[in-house]
Amino acid sequence: MSHHLVAFDSVSFCYPDGTEALNGVSFRIIHGESVGIVGANGAGKSTILMHMNGYLLPSSGIITIGDLQLTKKTRQEIRRKVGMVFQNPDDQLFMPTVFDDVAFGPLNLGLPEEKVRERVDEVLKIVGCLSLKDKPPHHLSSGQKSSVAIASVIAMQPDILVMDEPASNLDPKSRRQLIEFLKDFEHTKVIASHDLDLILDVCKRCIVIRDGRIVADGLSHEILSDRGLLEENNLELPLSLQRVAYGNDKIMEGERWTT
Amino acid sequence: MTFDEEYFNIGYLDRLSYRDTVVHRLDPRGKVIATMIFVITVISYPKYEVIPLVPFFIFPVLLITLSDTPFKFVLKKMLIVSPFAVFIGIFNPLFDTRAVTLADGVLISAGWISFLSLLIKFTLTTSSALLLIATTSFPGICTALQRLGVPAPFTSQLFFLYRYIFVLMEEAMRIVRARDLRSFGSRGTDIKVFVRLIGILFVRTVERAERIYNAMLSRGFRGHIPSMRQLRFTISDAIFVFLTIAFLSALRFFNITEMIGRFVQELAV
Ligand SMILES: Nc1ncnc2c1ncn2[C@@H]1O[C@H](COP(=O)(O)OP(=O)(O)OP(=O)(O)O)[C@@H](O)[C@H]1O
Ligand SMILES: [Mg+2]
Repeated sequence: MSHHLVAFDSVSFCYPDGTEALNGVSFRIIHGESVGIVGANGAGKSTILMHMNGYLLPSSGIITIGDLQLTKKTRQEIRRKVGMVFQNPDDQLFMPTVFDDVAFGPLNLGLPEEKVRERVDEVLKIVGCLSLKDKPPHHLSSGQKSSVAIASVIAMQPDILVMDEPASNLDPKSRRQLIEFLKDFEHTKVIASHDLDLILDVCKRCIVIRDGRIVADGLSHEILSDRGLLEENNLELPLSLQRVAYGNDKIMEGERWTT
Repeated sequence: MTFDEEYFNIGYLDRLSYRDTVVHRLDPRGKVIATMIFVITVISYPKYEVIPLVPFFIFPVLLITLSDTPFKFVLKKMLIVSPFAVFIGIFNPLFDTRAVTLADGVLISAGWISFLSLLIKFTLTTSSALLLIATTSFPGICTALQRLGVPAPFTSQLFFLYRYIFVLMEEAMRIVRARDLRSFGSRGTDIKVFVRLIGILFVRTVERAERIYNAMLSRGFRGHIPSMRQLRFTISDAIFVFLTIAFLSALRFFNITEMIGRFVQELAV
């Protein structure tokens, strides 16, 4: 199916102050793929994601989402397909209560009210926030805000799910729930994160960015176990792989202690 | 500065509105209508009336008692805004020096009477508006206005005002805190730095507004905020509105205080 495609063709982007944030980025994400985007602070991850729903338009190069080329005219259409979770949840929760906020998208899609109610309950359960339904956003903790922001986006059942650091404020249990949900989400997903274990769990493919260029693009378990490549990019082996790598030494150590 | 305190104060008004009393349970539309009629009735009195205004205090006092709102809180909020009323009225006694006789033969300038009348009107109207917010919640009022036919651009502005006043104040609080942590004693707290801080706050706000708008667009916003808040106008709401109107028109069209006064006099004779 071509309608869940995300393709960047030598995309460059310059911020108005002259910062060259992207420099000839090309990749192609097909329907149903799960892709992690990793890289150091300031590498350009958020900038890439903000192109995916047309918040930023490339200075040069072509972006195709579904069957549409991203332009000023088509971006409204594209936004309907792409569900985007931003790095800062406060920007995303603009309604007076959690319920209203999560219901905002589905209501705009024209769903009938009972359907909306059902769906709000369903997604709030997924992120573990059902009990917060009637609270105003300013009475939530940062992690709760993040969870609700995620719920408000998945309530729209987007074709393409784009997330910027979705787990950075979450406690381990909520993070685990999010991972489980993302594993079940069968449409295209693109996740930028420093949480490499999350990427390893959820994404088959991984793209490494450095200074606005792609330096590696391949299978997650290969890229994320390449210690040299990761360290060049201010990253570390995911914890789960560290355990495997050091596992044997640890057991020997343990034996030494017991004897 | 007591910026943090101010912030928690707004939060306090907000929290009051989440309680559950007879008044809180009334339909927001009923309360909005009743408050509006109350304010209009009070303002409609001519500027030299004082005594007929006094019975109107029953309305806020009743609401305060029934809704269990801390009286001190309402009083404090009103004291904060009272300088405006005083400034507006303070010249009345100076310019309007016509002498009037009070009941027991004491002379007083008419300006003082109109000043007093203005203060009473101010107290009545602000306290009822304050009580409306404290017992209805801001979103409730917005929805009520929406249902009563106020155009969408106004009500959506109000929704955002409510949501982002907290975010904005937190932002300002963070900036002020960051400044205080790194300015020892008075250095760094002078007016020049302050102006820069306001500038930063402004830029951040504009950027944030852009990001929020973007978030709204990506969730299908097309100029109209959908609402599913269900309002139920029950018999008790109808009774509430009816009683308020009856009470207000009785006060307005019959001079109750004078009648009571005459009645007491007759008893005394
Ligand atoms: N609004 C802006 N104006 C100018 N330059 C910007 C702006 N936003 C980001 N940049 C610059 O663009 C580059 C890429 O930033 P980006 O936000 O994409 O990084 P990131 O990979 O998301 O980093 P992080 O991991 O810290 O979120 C950085 O050098 C940054 O300084
Ligand atoms: Mg980022």
